[in-house]
Amino acid sequence: MRFGLIMSEVGNGLKRNLSMVVSVVLVTFISLTFVGAAILLQFQIGQMKGYWYDRAQVAIYMCTDTSTDGNCKLAEATDAEKDGVRDKLESSTLANLVDKVDFENHDQVFAQYKEQFGDTTGSDFVTPEFLPETFWVNLTDPDQADVLVESISGLAGVEQVTDQRGYLEPIFSALNAASFTAVGIAVLMLIAAVLLIATTIRLSAFSRRRELGIMRLVGASNRFIQTPFVLEGVIASLIGSVLASGAVVLLVRFFVQDYLGGQTQGTPLIGLTDAFIVVPVLIGVGAVLAAVSANVAISRYLKV
Amino acid sequence: MIRFDQVTKLYKGNARPALNSVSLEILRGEFVFLVGASGSGKSSFLRLVLREEQPTRGQIHVLGQALGTLSSRKVPYFRRNLGVVFQDFRLLPQKSVFDNVAFTLQVIGKSKGFIQEAVPDVLKMVGLAGKASRLPHELSGGEQQRVAIARAIVNKPAILLADEPTGNLDPSTSAGIMTLLERISQGGTTVIMATHDAGIVDQMKRRVIELVGGQVVRDERQGGYQTQALPVQSFGTPTPAPRAPGQWTETL
Repeated sequence: MRFGLIMSEVGNGLKRNLSMVVSVVLVTFISLTFVGAAILLQFQIGQMKGYWYDRAQVAIYMCTDTSTDGNCKLAEATDAEKDGVRDKLESSTLANLVDKVDFENHDQVFAQYKEQFGDTTGSDFVTPEFLPETFWVNLTDPDQADVLVESISGLAGVEQVTDQRGYLEPIFSALNAASFTAVGIAVLMLIAAVLLIATTIRLSAFSRRRELGIMRLVGASNRFIQTPFVLEGVIASLIGSVLASGAVVLLVRFFVQDYLGGQTQGTPLIGLTDAFIVVPVLIGVGAVLAAVSANVAISRYLKV
Repeated sequence: MIRFDQVTKLYKGNARPALNSVSLEILRGEFVFLVGASGSGKSSFLRLVLREEQPTRGQIHVLGQALGTLSSRKVPYFRRNLGVVFQDFRLLPQKSVFDNVAFTLQVIGKSKGFIQEAVPDVLKMVGLAGKASRLPHELSGGEQQRVAIARAIVNKPAILLADEPTGNLDPSTSAGIMTLLERISQGGTTVIMATHDAGIVDQMKRRVIELVGGQVVRDERQGGYQTQALPVQSFGTPTPAPRAPGQWTETL
């Protein structure tokens, strides 16, 4: 009985304020879409970090006849120098950091090079002797790469020690910046949404002030008076949240998976499972914000 | 039933109190007229009983509850024991007579079955048996006030507060309303009615409390409406000193 009465009050309120309700729906829709996008970007960053950091290796490039970089003096690294690097990697200080070591000689490096850059101009001039022999080191903990870089780069015959993770940093900082921008826009839009919900509820209460006056006079409890208004705000913003959730899922499905997935083979991308984690977050945020702001807005009509 | 102990009510920005150290007691089942000029504190009195306002000083007890210590969460439940009628009826224009009365019961959570039974009963009592489905604007002023009274008493309150219920009605319609209020009073409900209508007060011969400038200047059983107090205090002349109630009974 009371539930039916409350729901009919809610329905009346939504109908009476239709244009305001539509604006609440749109603003929550857009703001929560930004929130969802920010969360998805963070997921994407996390996934890429996990993927690439597992694969990122430390490359130890040995000297060639043509190199003067590092410790090289235009002389090919000798077998003794290569053994020195190997010994260092197996020494007690580094052994527990190192997971696996692969050595590639000139020919293997050249084959790799041909495979990756064979069709670029100038690649014909490259001969195996130009390309440094390389130790590929997998680390048990990629964050410890600095220790390895420091202890190896001083050794004789080492041209350069490179932590491949360094190449990824610009990508991550770009993604992070995009994510923070999305969060910033989302916060501004959420403030607008909260104020709009509060205004809508005040308007709705004002248009029903006769009923409210009589309700208070005859002793309707505060909870009974405020519930329809809170529900009104929550329903409007829930519609917005559901639309935002739909937008996020479609974004992942068609933009990330189909478009980006087609463009960049091999890069790990977020999938629909990640989108479905975001959905309850968006709906929760929408409902809670609406409930709180509607509650605050209606409270002035409840002073007895 | 209702007791005021040295109650003073000051409104913000007004140095003159709306009620000044008022002490009185109203018993169960009494019919009380509250008379006095506009601004004498009648409405403040009713608002204090309803706990729409809190007194600046003093204690109010209604139905055994000290209103000063009543938490605002319990105020709605307290008000369910009171019915209120206004000069301007305050009906909901888009609801039928039945729905206007039923609304009161719905919002305090009464069952559908109870409403279906109680509303026709009370409409019959106030003489609107055949008009349950009319809208307020299809009714005369007297009938609208009957709807308002039906709404006020449908929950069987112990106290009925009426703020100039006949203020907008012609004398013969007013007489009908008074008959109705008297019937309600005979049913055991305490009725407090603020009014300007001398004819009604003289005719009814009930307890009369007269307020002048926020003070009780007269409180007598079976009193008449005597307008000794002219509303001149608002022009700057000093308010008349409160007189002992006995002084007035002699003049009867």
